[in-house]
Amino acid sequence: MFDGKGNGRVQAQSLPLRLRDLRFERGGQRLLDIPALSIAPGEPTLIMGPNGAGKSVLLRLLHGLEAPTSGQVLAGDAPLDEATRRRQAMVFQRPVILRRSVRANLAFALHGRRMSRAEKADRIDALLRMARLSDRAAQSGRSLSGGEQQRLALVRALATEPDVLFLDEPTASLDPGATQAIETLIREASATGTKIVMVTHDPGQARRLGGEVLFLNKGHLVEQTAVEPFLDTPATDAARRFLRGDLLV
Amino acid sequence: MSALSVSLRLILSGDPDLWEIILLSLRVSLFAVLIAALIGMPLGAALAVGRFPGRQVLLVLLNALMGLPPVVVGLVVYLMLSNAGPLGVLQLLYTPTAMIIAQVLLVTPIIAALTRQAVETLNEEYADQLRSLGLSRLGSVPTLLWDGRFALMTALLAGFGRAIAEVGAVIIVGGNINHVTRVMTTTIALETSKGNLSLALALGLILILIALSVNAAVALLGTTAQRTAYV
Repeated sequence: MFDGKGNGRVQAQSLPLRLRDLRFERGGQRLLDIPALSIAPGEPTLIMGPNGAGKSVLLRLLHGLEAPTSGQVLAGDAPLDEATRRRQAMVFQRPVILRRSVRANLAFALHGRRMSRAEKADRIDALLRMARLSDRAAQSGRSLSGGEQQRLALVRALATEPDVLFLDEPTASLDPGATQAIETLIREASATGTKIVMVTHDPGQARRLGGEVLFLNKGHLVEQTAVEPFLDTPATDAARRFLRGDLLV
Repeated sequence: MSALSVSLRLILSGDPDLWEIILLSLRVSLFAVLIAALIGMPLGAALAVGRFPGRQVLLVLLNALMGLPPVVVGLVVYLMLSNAGPLGVLQLLYTPTAMIIAQVLLVTPIIAALTRQAVETLNEEYADQLRSLGLSRLGSVPTLLWDGRFALMTALLAGFGRAIAEVGAVIIVGGNINHVTRVMTTTIALETSKGNLSLALALGLILILIALSVNAAVALLGTTAQRTAYV
């Protein structure tokens, strides 16, 4: 399914993703305040932090689902626009499965792409194999189990071979087996050049996926560092307390 | 009791006059619902996903139009289509087309308002995902309509119920002319006033049967959709 172009597929227009003097407020409350941030191509970027830290909001801002109150989101050197957004994809914590068959869910993501009918069918077959859902292709996507629905949502997001894939705690409500299947898909996507930007609560998952961690607390970016040093020797008191399981109030 | 047995005989014997009235009723109401759906569904969906100045006013207006008094609609259509009216030249008064126009005016707000409600609920679930897949607000309307198809059946059913049971507007613009514009409801009103209860009762029974059949079909469809996880 993936052409193995690897990082060659990651164009300057999509990455690095950068924030410049970004502030986001809702209902008069400042939810995010990040003067500068750069997310480079390559290994996964994992966003961690306690509930209410602004992790999901950051993901939504990077994907253009929210507009900043002030400041800018830049993709490459230019402000994030519709064309760049189309080269991103997102998977939500609760998978949104369309009320149609598994196959039709995948076809939906390819609608409007310049591909022949045969190419589309081949692509969908490859995605079904990737998600291990080939034998369920004709049944309703909503009749799948939670883990299967999340696999479907993930390969649907990958259908268009996005440069950047945002994942908002995709395994939060899954059992270990389903989590493992999702992590395998994420690693495969990452290995073929899709930049993974993912929110996770789970330090173990961060260690398994590798890459870098953005640690947020109370709307501020507290640390940006590689996974291992972050987990083993966190530089800030907030990160230490978070990893110890303390409530950061 | 004798009126009931005569009415049953009328139904079972396949009385041609009775069937002419039934078929005309179905033809007028189904056409009206079809046209109202073509207008009301995209309109309702656009109101559900669109964000523009005056939207709230439109929503209030749409909900108010759901309760339009049929005789007033009949009167307005009559004034428009009468010889002295702006559309008099079309010579549509006292034709099934006039009855369809009146029913479209009555049914469109119902279908649009119910569609708006169904699509808005679905959009709360879908909006981020569709945006993520590159669809604009208006571009997501066909997807929302298709994925809400089972919920929208209820809107169509409500519209058909209003149309087939309607008497005030169609009697004004149709005139209840025998073999031309006589439908079930207007015939029931006429025959009851004449004391011919058997025909009125026969038509009443058919009307109830139609209502039950349509409801049963939609319920069956809904259950099947639920069972196969398409809702």
